[in-house]
Amino acid sequence: MTAAIEASGLGKKYGRRWALSDCTLSVPVGRVVGLVGPNGAGKTTLLSLATGMLEPTTGTIRVLGGAPGSGPRQLARVGYVAQDTPTYAGLSVADHLRLGAHMNPGWDADLAARRISQLGLVPNQKAGTLSGGQRAQLALTLAIAKRPELLILDEPIASLDPLARREFLQVLMETTAESQVSVIMSSHLVADLERITDYLVVLMGSRVQLAGEVDQLLDSHRLLTGARRDPGALPPSQHVVTESHTDRQSTILVRSDEPVLDPTWTVSQIDLEDLVLAYMGLARTEAAGHAAPATTKILEEKR
Amino acid sequence: MIWLTWRQFRWQAITSAAVLAVLAIVLGVTGPGLVTRYDQIGLPSCQSTCTALAGKFISELEFGTYGKLFYAGLVVMYLVPALIGIFWGAPLISREFETGSFRLAWNQSVTRTRWVLAKLSLIGLAAVVAAGLLSLAITWWASPIEQALSDGPPGAHFLPLSPLVFGARGVAPLGYAAFAFVLGVTAGVLIRRTVPAMAVTLVIFAGLQILMPVVVRPHLIPPVHATAPFNANTADDFVINSPQNGPATMTLVGNYSVPGAWVLSNQTITPSGRVFHGPPARVCMSNSAPPNACGNWVNSLHLRQLLTYQPQGRFWPLQGAETGIYLILAAGLGALCTWRIRRRA
Repeated sequence: MTAAIEASGLGKKYGRRWALSDCTLSVPVGRVVGLVGPNGAGKTTLLSLATGMLEPTTGTIRVLGGAPGSGPRQLARVGYVAQDTPTYAGLSVADHLRLGAHMNPGWDADLAARRISQLGLVPNQKAGTLSGGQRAQLALTLAIAKRPELLILDEPIASLDPLARREFLQVLMETTAESQVSVIMSSHLVADLERITDYLVVLMGSRVQLAGEVDQLLDSHRLLTGARRDPGALPPSQHVVTESHTDRQSTILVRSDEPVLDPTWTVSQIDLEDLVLAYMGLARTEAAGHAAPATTKILEEKR
Repeated sequence: MIWLTWRQFRWQAITSAAVLAVLAIVLGVTGPGLVTRYDQIGLPSCQSTCTALAGKFISELEFGTYGKLFYAGLVVMYLVPALIGIFWGAPLISREFETGSFRLAWNQSVTRTRWVLAKLSLIGLAAVVAAGLLSLAITWWASPIEQALSDGPPGAHFLPLSPLVFGARGVAPLGYAAFAFVLGVTAGVLIRRTVPAMAVTLVIFAGLQILMPVVVRPHLIPPVHATAPFNANTADDFVINSPQNGPATMTLVGNYSVPGAWVLSNQTITPSGRVFHGPPARVCMSNSAPPNACGNWVNSLHLRQLLTYQPQGRFWPLQGAETGIYLILAAGLGALCTWRIRRRA
């Protein structure tokens, strides 16, 4: 089965700054993938490379087995809602649907019309006068009605109010439920993605820090709390992600596929947001060259 | 793509068509009056009095409404390609960059190459058609005046080959319009902001419009050289310059001319082929010498007048060459534009 996105050693340099470097990634099809990372982590760069809006400086990227943006066929297979959900301010909602119909051979006019009426958008209204949420919905409609195999959404809800966010995600969930479309959606907030994603990619400091099935990631991470000790004493199957120590107590986040058997630890589950934050904190320390304990503070404060 | 190109261009097209319609009405209303006057004065049936009648016709119009319209027609013909470049070309893609809408357009199932080529070819064609129609209308309107100018007394200005008229007649404006449009688009693609792209378009296009007749056009076809004996008694210009310090010089301009030609240079040369600057003989400097003495001395030098020019018959070959150059430049810029759009985002 071909991957939705298959990247190898992918990098993009702007002038002397690497916006994305050494990105190796394989995202399976049929998933709703969350791409998380702070602002400036390279999310938009990665998604732009996946749509062919940018050319990589190093490495390769294949999307659904093809070169991104390589021709009308490839373009038809990928729907893209760019950051800030651009539309033509001077064109009406109906004009946007006409644009979609003229420029996409696989255009589903019924679907588009149905979505517009469900959303309560007025066909004659100019896109420039729509609210942010309505504009995002219009952009999503255009991307969905071309019937893509992969839908790429770049921070589509970052600028929306909570109600518009919920509506947007609702529509997205309905779409994935009724068709086989794969989705990759980026956000700098884990909370936005938690409800709908089943696969997670954490991007930080222009590198992939973590990637995998959400369930698997949650299952394989354990937070261990107990009397203070040296993390070096842990069994080799338990990989230390972060650690923090007080005078008497140690808190260690471990990654392990085996259960933790040592009864002197209090073992607890970690939720997605804390997991992501732990990896982001880790990356930040590595980048800054700080000692490890500084990282864990982030995790502790969060808890 | 045709639909989107048209939909986005609609308002500019309608506005421009309205402006063209107004111009057409002005020309259509005043044109017949000009023809009537031309007929009344007897120019169509003149035999031996043609030169005089044509001269009368021209001097009658020169400071009236028709004269002003004639000048306005020249200005409009130069303005239209520049406006097309600034208002059709420059915003075409730079506006997509400014609003981010290019990211919407480029992710439909149409390649960027097709997207940009459709825009360039369709609107480029519209630019050429608009300039062509206007050129045709103004040429038709001005034809009685131009006929009279070429039939009239020698030395007339605003003949078809004169630099100012040349660029406002025939097919040259079509080449200018195509070039200015693609120049505007390219500036927009490279600069990515509308207003600076407009300014750059204007500066480059105006610069080329000045450079072309001065530097390039005279040499599109190798100019013709003709010589005639210089006769001091019929000279057009006969100037002696004797500065306080330094040797005195003489500037002589002969009266030999070629009807309808675009004169590039008019020199007076010595039998050995050098340009004559003097020095003047003593008789030319003296107030007490007989009136013809200086002229007789000049004639004794056997000077010749060397005329370098493009003859009247080369109007269309020169038009073709210049239009071709502008079309090739337009095609080159179009290719640059397409390549840039393909490569980047």
